[in-house]
Amino acid sequence: MESIVRIPSVTGVDVELKIAGPGGRSYAFVIDWHIRFLAAAAWFIVGALAYGRLRLLPADEAQASYTFVVIVPSLAIYFLYHPVLEVLLRGQTPGKRMAGVRLVALTDGGAPGVGALLVRNVFRLVDSLPSFYAVGLLTTMLTKNAVRIGDIAAGTVLVYDEPPSSQLLDRLSGRAVAKLGLEQAQLVRELLDRWPQLGADARRKLAADLLARAGVAAPQDDAALRAKLDELVA
Amino acid sequence: MSGDNLAGAKWFEQRVAEWRSAGARLRGLEHGKSAPPATVLEAVRAYPEIARDLAIARRAAPNAALTRYLEGVYRELHRSLFRPPAALWRGVRRLFTHDAATAVRALRWQIVAVVSLFVVSIGAGAWLVSAYPELASLFASEQMIDGVQRGELWTDNLLNVFPSSLLSVRIFTNNIVVSLFALSLGVLYGLGTFYLIAMNGLSIGGIFAFTAQHGIAGRLFQFTAAHGFVELSVICIAGAVGMSLGEALVRPGELTRAAAFQRAVAQGLKLMVVCLTFLVGAGVLEGFVSPDARFPLGARLAIGLSYFALFLLVLSGALARLPKARAARD
Repeated sequence: MESIVRIPSVTGVDVELKIAGPGGRSYAFVIDWHIRFLAAAAWFIVGALAYGRLRLLPADEAQASYTFVVIVPSLAIYFLYHPVLEVLLRGQTPGKRMAGVRLVALTDGGAPGVGALLVRNVFRLVDSLPSFYAVGLLTTMLTKNAVRIGDIAAGTVLVYDEPPSSQLLDRLSGRAVAKLGLEQAQLVRELLDRWPQLGADARRKLAADLLARAGVAAPQDDAALRAKLDELVA
Repeated sequence: MSGDNLAGAKWFEQRVAEWRSAGARLRGLEHGKSAPPATVLEAVRAYPEIARDLAIARRAAPNAALTRYLEGVYRELHRSLFRPPAALWRGVRRLFTHDAATAVRALRWQIVAVVSLFVVSIGAGAWLVSAYPELASLFASEQMIDGVQRGELWTDNLLNVFPSSLLSVRIFTNNIVVSLFALSLGVLYGLGTFYLIAMNGLSIGGIFAFTAQHGIAGRLFQFTAAHGFVELSVICIAGAVGMSLGEALVRPGELTRAAAFQRAVAQGLKLMVVCLTFLVGAGVLEGFVSPDARFPLGARLAIGLSYFALFLLVLSGALARLPKARAARD
């Protein structure tokens, strides 16, 4: 069952946000981990190679500049990736974007403030204990909103964030809605959209069912079935 | 065709253009401050209308794609319209002039408790090593013990091993991590914080007692004089914040545990941001002043106490009172 956070609005119609569970959260984390690891490793390798070739500075100074130019930025990329990007991208990171999730404040459903984002990142120290984010993962499995300790502390929650797509609106006609009703017309439209991805038996069964509800006899032929459905929502 | 279907079709045809344009308008609002006023006003007008349409769609076709679309548009409009104004720099200034002092006042008893625990632990560590010198191995590595027994401090040749800049970065990074651990371990009902503070106190007391046994405690104090006041104070404050987190979980009062915990974190974090800024400064002093033999004890104490005075000035809220005092004088 989907978990939903309801944010009250002045209109009286709650904003509903679908909570991302441990799966969606881990998926985003794994993508982010690869990005930050590869970025940090790339900086380190390129920097180390450059130093290996140049050797322009005396030993002591070389050590300091090597640390500041190669090691510190690599570590900064790795460890500051989440706090910096979450602040800059208002609750998102590239991994979260790819996974279709976003951080929001539990109070208003908006982007969390800088303070809240810093808090949830400080608490990574606890969530990552004893290793591999075991504490964090466990708490996401046990808490109502699937949050880790950092989120509890910051008052944030990770939710699915699919951008609204108006494609369906362009292909749904008032005539089809009048004929079939809003829900049926959309179901037929969605079935037609997914027609190539569905197995022949499955789509035939679904099409026959929808045609029966509309009081139309279902033909046996696959192409004819599709044509009938097209006709219904034309 | 049923009457419901016809009403639905009429509603759909009347509103579909508005739904399309509301979706397109969201892209303009994404840019926040740069959105033209007309776009924002349009969004304000559309918000209750989309809410009404969404309520109808949820009832008529709860799982349909149109409902999902309207959910998305409504969610994005809500997020854009209720976004708080950006005031980062004003917030940072307020942090140093007001928020840190307010947090210190709210946490005064926790600070007293942690400082007491820290002092008692230092005393206990000193007594343990004075009474049982072999226990020094609990607090110092074998290499450190050998050095002290030869009359050398492990800090003596630091600058020959690391340049000051590198030393500073290593030190303040380490101190920040220790402070954040002291804070975040408060989540274990405060026990983790107590443990960390007590262990730090025991180590400091034990090591000072051990160096005193070999007549070089004065040199260790000289090393710590420039940075130690602020560094140890910050660790105690981090412990106090950690304790307040534990307390919020144990005694949430009229709030739920989660709400009490969030309030304690929000308050403590403001204080910690200010403290960690000072910790960076202490790290710089520890890298550039403390290991440099050219600084005599008097200079180190002057630097350390001045820095500590600035730290106390910020935490007492005196910075906020300065403009008021100046205005009253004028």
